[in-house]
Amino acid sequence: MPLDLKVNGLTHNIVADRDALLIDVLRHELLLVGTKLGCGQEQCGCCVVLLDGAPIYACTTKLAQCIDKSVQTVEGLVDEAGHLHPLQQAFIDLNAAQCGYCTAGILMRAKALLDTNKRPERSEIIEALDGHLCRCGAHPRIIRAIERAALRLASV
Amino acid sequence: MSLPPSIVRTPELDRWIHFNHDGTITIKTGKVEIGQGIRTALAMIAAEELDVDLARIQVETADTEKTPNELITAGSMSVEQSGAAVRVASAWARSILLERAAADLQTPLNELTVEDGGITSSLTNEQTDYWSLNAGEFFNTTIVSEPPLKHPAGYRVVGHHAARLDIPAKVLGEVAFLHDMTLPDMLHGRVVKPTRPGAVPVSVPDETKCPFTHTLVRDGAYIAVLADDASYADRAHAWYQQHCRWTAEAMTVLPGDVPGYLKQNVTRSLVVVEGMPLEQPVPDADQVPTLKASYYRPFQMHASLGPSAAIAQFLNGKLTVFSHTQSVEFLKLALAEVLKVREDMVHVIHAEGPGCYGHNGADDVALDAAIAALACTPRPVSIKWSRSDEHGFEPYTPAAVMDLQANVENGRIQQWRHETYSFTHNGRPRPMRGHTNLQTAWTLANPTPRVPRQPAIAHEVGIHRNLKPIYRFPDAQLIKHFVAESPLRTSSLRSLGAFANLFAIESFMDELAHHAGEDPIDFRLNHLSDPRAVRVLQTLRAKAPAKPPGLGRGLGLARYKNQQSYCAILVDLSVSEDAQIKLMHATICADAGLAVDPDGVINQLEGGFIQAASWTLKEAVSWDSDGVNSLDWDTYPILKFSEVPTISTHLIDARGQPALGVGEASTGPTPGAIANAVFDAVGLRVRSLPINAQQLRLSAAQSET
Repeated sequence: MPLDLKVNGLTHNIVADRDALLIDVLRHELLLVGTKLGCGQEQCGCCVVLLDGAPIYACTTKLAQCIDKSVQTVEGLVDEAGHLHPLQQAFIDLNAAQCGYCTAGILMRAKALLDTNKRPERSEIIEALDGHLCRCGAHPRIIRAIERAALRLASV
Repeated sequence: MSLPPSIVRTPELDRWIHFNHDGTITIKTGKVEIGQGIRTALAMIAAEELDVDLARIQVETADTEKTPNELITAGSMSVEQSGAAVRVASAWARSILLERAAADLQTPLNELTVEDGGITSSLTNEQTDYWSLNAGEFFNTTIVSEPPLKHPAGYRVVGHHAARLDIPAKVLGEVAFLHDMTLPDMLHGRVVKPTRPGAVPVSVPDETKCPFTHTLVRDGAYIAVLADDASYADRAHAWYQQHCRWTAEAMTVLPGDVPGYLKQNVTRSLVVVEGMPLEQPVPDADQVPTLKASYYRPFQMHASLGPSAAIAQFLNGKLTVFSHTQSVEFLKLALAEVLKVREDMVHVIHAEGPGCYGHNGADDVALDAAIAALACTPRPVSIKWSRSDEHGFEPYTPAAVMDLQANVENGRIQQWRHETYSFTHNGRPRPMRGHTNLQTAWTLANPTPRVPRQPAIAHEVGIHRNLKPIYRFPDAQLIKHFVAESPLRTSSLRSLGAFANLFAIESFMDELAHHAGEDPIDFRLNHLSDPRAVRVLQTLRAKAPAKPPGLGRGLGLARYKNQQSYCAILVDLSVSEDAQIKLMHATICADAGLAVDPDGVINQLEGGFIQAASWTLKEAVSWDSDGVNSLDWDTYPILKFSEVPTISTHLIDARGQPALGVGEASTGPTPGAIANAVFDAVGLRVRSLPINAQQLRLSAAQSET
């Protein structure tokens, strides 16, 4: 039976099982490939997206859990005028990645943090990111980029 | 000056550079982007030599039919090799175009100036540009000698900050990785993995019993499940994983047995002289050294954050394979050999994957996809490994035992002896014709034999990488003990044997300094003669913050391969009452010669330190008689955000020197720095990795007896 799923402000009418995983729906049905699969077990954070503004693991979340709610992915960070979110701009400006496979999940977690906490302490950023793995060791610059984006957001 | 080896191999200018109609320039490289930023560094080099804006440069990476053959992206050689080639090719193209401009504008060469590809005669003010002089045409020329190169003093791009070219797509969520690619009519596939490598299926259930629509491809022990829909492939795969039965020979060498096994099963012993292993009688060890100690590194993983994947398609007699391999060229030859097709029928194209840090599952899954593609021709097939496939079937870095001893007189080391026992670091796809190291190939119905494992006989490779100490000792005995048969498959992980050897060397230098009652930095300076190493240590000492009270501080120093970047690291850490180690701050100082992309160099140094800190504090492959059981991030934990210290990194200004590889420079000094800081904090010497609470308690118990 077709279902309505709201992603990045658009409602998609899709044919999929209610118990399909959100990550499969995003990547294969909607071709939103920014969200990455890392482990399938909520251990690495690569697949984190926002559900009604709260970070969730798309690798274990069922489609049924998302009906009548709003999903936001990394593709939805750009605003309607096409401007990058300050987090995206800060990651580009500070080269806050090596391979970039962990980046999308971290951006979404950081978005959720900055939405609820405009001026997070460094320790609060680290705490928020502790469920995210980065194998390349880009941690220091990722933290710096989030601090910079927070400053940018606080100044507007 | 001689031409770069990559240019000697591929001297045709058109293979390296192309001027496009739209005012851009395409640079081609045989190297691949693995998160090290090579795409950006090469673009910077080209922009510099050509005097064009960085935004005009596009970089095309490894493709067996389009780009120069640069063998492999490994050993921190990308900037040194491809960078040197791109520099020469860009300068050669520039000089050709300037000669044409000189004729067109009737102006001598030395009266022409170039600004963002626009060429102006200072005599007439007449102008032309690169694209007017060559719009989309081939040069049809070969590079035969070194062209005039720009002097580094005039650099405007190289050595300055640049935004990485690959990051925007990754923060926008565009198709950036192989994993994101979809070809029309593509099948989604998974491979059903045995309980452990080498096992063969004894029973595979009837296809009709599986409740999920799928196609099954079987060849010997290879089982692939394919479906139009990725989630169907996953469900069918889970069903087969549950219902297949495999032969299961028990693992007889268990993790605790490995140090003893290594010392009792030596295949060949070689004496290493100036970085080369030689067939010479192993000298007897001094029976009464001042100090001796034995160190251990367990098997460890690349543990890439995304499981390996590949896409393959067999169409019109051509097998096209997209792979995140480190070598499209070697993978092509290996695939042709295993699949018994002509080499020119195989086309391998690199697409980015998650950071690999060496030979991970990328090549193996490429064969998995190729087999399925041949069976499902003409449809393209995507095969993706699962998390447990990657953790359980990637080739690990080998375990190693390092036995060291030294004689010290009047605070000076007179004799040094270092013996390393380990397995091969070279399990790459195709070390020689007639053999491959693609895992699936060994158990196909018509298998390709596994390569007989031999000790690597070359300068500063494998087990003996950085076996030679950076310090000057009157007498140094360096011995490589090669053990052919390993309980687990092994291959190349970032810095190969250097990490284990330097863990031992830098720990032992600290033990000797302590024994001599000397400051660890002074003790090392007293044994150094290389002025660049001395400068790195002295700069580190000057830049380091005051040591906070209550913390332990430890030092590590190395020159990677004894020929690339110099790197020294100071680590400050705390050890709690309950033996928990917390890294607080790291100070890194490096001499990387000319840093083409200084921010990229810092990113590599800090990333290498963090990864090596993770190996040092947390990581060991675990298994029991039934096979590897560290199959996810809970059972194989790596360093988390809350465990990463603050880091300050200082680069020595050495822009007059050639660029030195930096990707693996900081991994070696890290474990010694951490072990030495732990000793400084609590007086306990841990010689077996990972250095965790359990090892600390063991060390405390040993020091009490």
